[in-house]
Amino acid sequence: VGHAVLAINGAEVNGRFTADGKDVLEFLGNPANYPVSIRFGRHRLSSNEKLMLASMFHSLFAIGSQLSPEVGSSGIEMLETDTFKLHCFQTLTGIKFMVLADPRQTGIDALLRKIYEIYSDFALKNPFYSLEMPIRCELFDQNLKLALEVAEKAGPFGPGS
Amino acid sequence: MSRSPGRKPENHKISRELFVLTYGALVAQLCKDYEKDEDVNTCLDRMGYSIGIRLIDDFLARSAVKKCRSYSETADMIAQVAFKMYLGVTPSVSCNSATGNEFSLILDKNPLVDFVEELPAERASLCYCNLLCGVIRGALEMVRKCTSV
Repeated sequence: VGHAVLAINGAEVNGRFTADGKDVLEFLGNPANYPVSIRFGRHRLSSNEKLMLASMFHSLFAIGSQLSPEVGSSGIEMLETDTFKLHCFQTLTGIKFMVLADPRQTGIDALLRKIYEIYSDFALKNPFYSLEMPIRCELFDQNLKLALEVAEKAGPFGPGS
Repeated sequence: MSRSPGRKPENHKISRELFVLTYGALVAQLCKDYEKDEDVNTCLDRMGYSIGIRLIDDFLARSAVKKCRSYSETADMIAQVAFKMYLGVTPSVSCNSATGNEFSLILDKNPLVDFVEELPAERASLCYCNLLCGVIRGALEMVRKCTSV
């Protein structure tokens, strides 16, 4: 439930079709194509879905800090479930950085601060990036990927996202 | 100056002269573009504002300071940490009003005016360093303190 076909025989799948336009169900229905290796996984979120989920979280965050029995609560820092942990870091300027990670992964606080630095360097200092818009800066993506790799290696267990 | 990923970001030092000259060229060009001093001042303020709204996150990320609890703490923070970090000078802070919501930052040594003796006669009401005012205004606005500088 909630899983989708991500790749068949190594070729990536987009919805119902492979990269070269073949219909996935047709391909799987034809026994001549067996054996076939299928990769399942969680469906990747589209940008719009991400925006929607982020804005929902933003509201929950605000509600959380108001409902908190402690005065001056800083909001939701961590959301823990059986399968993942969601870490949230809010800057003094109101920007929230969220990391979804394996519950056993350590060093996420340091990672969040590193991501803040990467954001202030490669997104904010890019003169063509407008504030509050989706970040489409290659240097930002590259450095973010590097930081994630470092964090994965340092932590005891496998990948975060 | 582009940094290749994977290398630890070093603090590239650019020549101070180049920076001061660049600022001077910017002000000189604005003076050519606009006749009135107020227009130049407004333009400098606006440019400073767009720098400030971005610079604040760099400042917060690198200095890891905690939230300021009072306005005077904010003024001190700007003078002692921010100015030191970005311009290498520490202005002195003086409180102007009894209610504590007006402060002056006084720069003894201002690197921006290293090569400027005095303003030309026709530009008497030019605020040469108005860019800095805009930067402070922009930065403070992002941490939700609307100010006039």
